[in-house]
Amino acid sequence: MRSLSEIETVSKRSSRAAGYSWGIAEEVAKNIRLLEIFNLPGIKNLNSFFKKKKSLSLDMISIINQDNIANRDGYCPIIAGVNVLDQIKTLEKLNQINFKKVLYPLLFLPFISRATAVIGKRIFLKIDDKEFLLNFNNNIYSNYAKNEIIETADNIYFKVIENRDSFNIEEWNELYKLSEETFVEENESLKQGGAGAGLTDND
Amino acid sequence: MNIELRDPNVVMKLSRLGSFHQSKLSFLRSFLNEFKDWDYKRDLFELNEKGYGTAVYSFKKKNRVYSLICFANELDESERSDRVIATKWDAAFTLHDGVPTKQDIERLRNEVPKQEFGRLSFKELTLSRANKSVRVFNHVVESLSEGKQPDKNLLNSVGYLYRTTAVYGSGKFGLADRFRIKDREEIYGPFRLEMMLVYLVRQFTFDQVNHVAKTKNPKKAVKLDENICKSLGIGNSTGLGMAPFIVNHPTLLNNWISAREIALKKIREIKKVSKKEQNIFLECLKKSIKNITSWNTESEYQINKIKSLLEDLNRVILFLDQNFDFDQDYAFNELYSHLEKRYCEECIEYVVSMMMEPYNDIISPLIKEMSSEEENYFNIPTDRTVEELKKIIEIKYPDILKIDFSKDENNLNFWFISKNKEEPRLANRFDEMGAELEQPLAIARDIKRLHELLLKINNDWTIAKFLSTNNELRHVVRRVFIVEKFPYSEIQDNTIGKTIMPIDMLRLKLSFFGALKFDPRSDKWLRICMFQGAPLPEKLKNYDEHWVYN
Repeated sequence: MRSLSEIETVSKRSSRAAGYSWGIAEEVAKNIRLLEIFNLPGIKNLNSFFKKKKSLSLDMISIINQDNIANRDGYCPIIAGVNVLDQIKTLEKLNQINFKKVLYPLLFLPFISRATAVIGKRIFLKIDDKEFLLNFNNNIYSNYAKNEIIETADNIYFKVIENRDSFNIEEWNELYKLSEETFVEENESLKQGGAGAGLTDND
Repeated sequence: MNIELRDPNVVMKLSRLGSFHQSKLSFLRSFLNEFKDWDYKRDLFELNEKGYGTAVYSFKKKNRVYSLICFANELDESERSDRVIATKWDAAFTLHDGVPTKQDIERLRNEVPKQEFGRLSFKELTLSRANKSVRVFNHVVESLSEGKQPDKNLLNSVGYLYRTTAVYGSGKFGLADRFRIKDREEIYGPFRLEMMLVYLVRQFTFDQVNHVAKTKNPKKAVKLDENICKSLGIGNSTGLGMAPFIVNHPTLLNNWISAREIALKKIREIKKVSKKEQNIFLECLKKSIKNITSWNTESEYQINKIKSLLEDLNRVILFLDQNFDFDQDYAFNELYSHLEKRYCEECIEYVVSMMMEPYNDIISPLIKEMSSEEENYFNIPTDRTVEELKKIIEIKYPDILKIDFSKDENNLNFWFISKNKEEPRLANRFDEMGAELEQPLAIARDIKRLHELLLKINNDWTIAKFLSTNNELRHVVRRVFIVEKFPYSEIQDNTIGKTIMPIDMLRLKLSFFGALKFDPRSDKWLRICMFQGAPLPEKLKNYDEHWVYN
């Protein structure tokens, strides 16, 4: 089995050899490591992309908008991804970001996963019919787990999910009430000795 | 009294970094300190009469076991080479996580001797190989088998029975990734498991030489004297492979240097130096001189450095004995200020290392801060502005911005990875092919380029906007934001100029390892010795922590 360190090193060097700057190659290396940690086929897709890259007419997007439509074979997943990551603090203000045609979309995914850690919010990502909930770059919840190469996605969108509770206030209150059963009732003398007792906070 | 930390623009110059010496912070010393309470055992020793076979050594505490597995093989004289491009060695080693099963040992017997061409698993932590100093090894065998101890002068002139040529860890060749083990308290300090491997290999070399002597002449043979064993270490040949490491791990580099700088600051801030502390410092300093006088090298560069170091240190000792009042307030600060004005960098850094000797209470907590979670600082803060980026560069890289990279002499070399061995190399870009495949290690040049580019960009632009069309310099944009938080993360020198001495980069790293007696064989590789004078594993529980100077 290859170690993550080996995966990172080979991904970085091969990305540089494929024509990306060293800085972007470093990003790709972290991403492939991330995909492999989550048991997604990073090396397989990167290898396939680099083998075909020269024959593809890639759209190299620089500024990401709400709607992004590729004019040629499709967006380069690495350049689109790195710009999403860099621009995520602007993009999070938009409701939904759409891409028409992205090549090798699994290579785009880890940039979005890392973006969740940058903004501290979850992101829902849909790649055609495949759904991914990206959780603060700690885990990925998905309906997709195939070890395959995905050469292209016609429609990709992602939405930033605002931080809010997954439960209602009644459920919280009920559970809180139960948790109170671990507390001890204080008598008067104990209350007198508590932190801040006997002082005013207006001095 | 508040002493400022030393200026990174002084400390991080290559000539200064290349003048660092081992100290209490060094990894091999902190390894011994951490593992002194562990149970050491030789679990297996199955060597034939020539010393070839398998051995296993372990350190154990509660449920945790680390096992060194050694494979000693016959090697034809013509195949013995210290070059990293060698393919066979006298012995090969791996540190296994836990107690190896028979199946593990059989699996590893097929893989470990192949080194870079073998495959290890996540159950293995470090990997190494070593060659005999044939002259010394054979002499020791001959002497012991005749019932005599070997010639100490010969042993002292070499310092070891075996020398390693590489020690690998952190996921190389399938070894365990760091993330699998990084939360273990006993390995909070850097390179701890690499140090364990070398330390146990040293013991194997003594056991092997005793075994061969004994089988050669069972009736007459004696064991190698323990004090002689103690005086021997493990040699190491180190080339340029180490140099890029300190560029590629900026936060780790920062944490090493920062620990040293914080230690020095705290020591300079001590108002009263107790008699006991004075004595420890002076004793270590004076005794350490023998490490310099017994430092053998044929390198003219190193001979000159040793000569000026020795002259300076003798002057320092004379000054301390005759003119220095250790009872004055802030004595170590006074001493440091005196050194900075009058002595060479090598001497200053040597005495700084010695100043740490009395202060376990200062050093021990710093050792735990010497690792780094590099992933946490990888993302570029792209909401910052071009103006901020420019200012950080101007504040953090003042001397680098003065270098004129249009002059060939400042842009003379390039770093590359050799195709035949995947090892870093340095070459003249005007004489050699391959400069277009340059590794991103010319940080000074790229920082200067970035600054020149930023001067043409609107100050209000965000970094995200800047990078959307300027990703060629992304790798140094990341570094600038790292150096903003970690002042000692960057070498403040040109690593591709005409005057670069790559061994300065090697010496920096090796000093943190705890190596003694650097012996440069060229400006690109050197030999060192590790654990020379260190306690033997059986005697580790009550060892003298100042063993380096005994």
